[in-house]
Amino acid sequence: MNGLSDAALRHLQEVADLPDLSGTPYEIVEAIGRGGMGTVYRALDRKLDREIALKVVQAPGGSGEDVERLLREARVLARLEHPGIVPVHDAGLLPDGRAYYAMKRVRGRRLDEYAATVSLPERLRAFERICEAVAFAHAHGIIHRDLKPENVMVGPFGEVLVMDWGVAKVTGLPPLSPGEDGRRSEGTAHGTILGTPGYMAPEQERGEVERIDERTDVWALGALLAFLLAGAAVPKPLEAIRRRAMAAKPEARYPKVEELAADLARYLAGLPVGAYREGLLERAGRFARRHRMPILLVLAYLIMRFLLILWFGR
Amino acid sequence: MPSETGPWSPGDRFPLTRRSVVIAARDADPEVRRQAWEALAASYWKPIYKVLRSRWRLEREAAEDLTQEFFASALAKGTFERYDPAKARFRTYLRTCLDGFAANERKAARRLKRGGGQEPLSLDFEGAEEELRRHGAGEGLDVEEYFHREWVRSLFGLAVEDLRQWAERTGKRVCFQLFESYDLEGPDAPERPSYAGLAAEHGLPVTQVTNHLSAARRELRRLVLERLRELTASEEEFRSEARLVLGVDPG
Repeated sequence: MNGLSDAALRHLQEVADLPDLSGTPYEIVEAIGRGGMGTVYRALDRKLDREIALKVVQAPGGSGEDVERLLREARVLARLEHPGIVPVHDAGLLPDGRAYYAMKRVRGRRLDEYAATVSLPERLRAFERICEAVAFAHAHGIIHRDLKPENVMVGPFGEVLVMDWGVAKVTGLPPLSPGEDGRRSEGTAHGTILGTPGYMAPEQERGEVERIDERTDVWALGALLAFLLAGAAVPKPLEAIRRRAMAAKPEARYPKVEELAADLARYLAGLPVGAYREGLLERAGRFARRHRMPILLVLAYLIMRFLLILWFGR
Repeated sequence: MPSETGPWSPGDRFPLTRRSVVIAARDADPEVRRQAWEALAASYWKPIYKVLRSRWRLEREAAEDLTQEFFASALAKGTFERYDPAKARFRTYLRTCLDGFAANERKAARRLKRGGGQEPLSLDFEGAEEELRRHGAGEGLDVEEYFHREWVRSLFGLAVEDLRQWAERTGKRVCFQLFESYDLEGPDAPERPSYAGLAAEHGLPVTQVTNHLSAARRELRRLVLERLRELTASEEEFRSEARLVLGVDPG
């Protein structure tokens, strides 16, 4: 044959990269995302006639490590049934040897795109929901380890989904599969650095795997909060919450995500926060803001009373 | 479906059994070295010829001679044997060697037959010229990008030929015909053939058309990877090239 045309070559490169879904109920519609480990496709589940998302190991003839990591992620997700965590429907190996899992097709925007278009209170409410999902995972012994704006999706009604659990660490629970011992369930050896610069706690950056715990995610949540606060005039109590979450030493951070979320909820309710000791004036100001209406009513009453006294005292 | 719920066996991948000819080019046995050299020439001669024609702006006859001489010189001087996988991809090494070789030839301005009376390779230069006419000379691409693109074209061209032979061997002619109509000719056709149209043409149900196409693509993928395995020296290089060739960002 006389050489492949550019169009035919591009097409062949594309179709040769497509996962072989023969024997599965899935049909690929389009690629919607690519990461270091896998490609995510929008796909059709012909059996149930619904759209799903398929995550498939990217590398052709990929390493066992990639395959195992993808399947670990599927098993982690299967453990976490929470509205803030994408549900997984199915997982396995394709005829071409690539691992995959099928999950709910998430509609929405990434947190970084969402944050650019909404007000600060809306961003903080989204942050609270992220905290809820992460706290739920922690309660099930799972540390995310890669929390960042790109790994959070926000739906059309403000619902939040925490994605990409491929480097999660499993602690304090039975292993994910019968053959998986405690060390392997952590997924990484000492010195291995997994995560994203700017969103990795200091101990994670140093590859101190054994020191990684819930507070590592607390640090990343602090970094997420900083991202959401960027460009806004940040009140001191809110800044104090961020700083405590991102303390260099794990013992200086919030010990639990719930405590970080509770402090934020107190701030949003106009209550004093644990991370910030306020002065008398600040306390009075916060009191005035929180009780604006009753204070205005009392003031109106006092002014009326004063005017009446003046009137009748003439 | 091989496994819906496990147990999963991550190591259970398609076999990639071909030996690396890049490694074989350094074998102690001269016959093994010669076979490796032939395999490398078969995969790389077209991109080399096209670079000489389009980037070195050589006339057709001069480019044909220099392509032959490059491979003859490589065999005689052990160019492929000196390749160090730790330093660069083989593809990059080869192109650098070609640049040096072409520059020396230009400087010497001579066309002496080299390689100790080496028989010239049987290469389809007319076909390469036709490709240059049809696909252009990579205007807007630098030499590295152009060499890579032409190497990928050559790689897929060889894999498609392998696929044709596989279809002949295994009695899957319809499978290849469908692949040819949909995946090879379809992208350039004014109106892309539909699954339903192909099904009617071959008297098959649509599902069988898609199954045949899946099988051909799966085989093509395996053949491309086999060729790549041959043309790379290490697992790392193989994976990196595979990702590039299949259009995936190596990350």
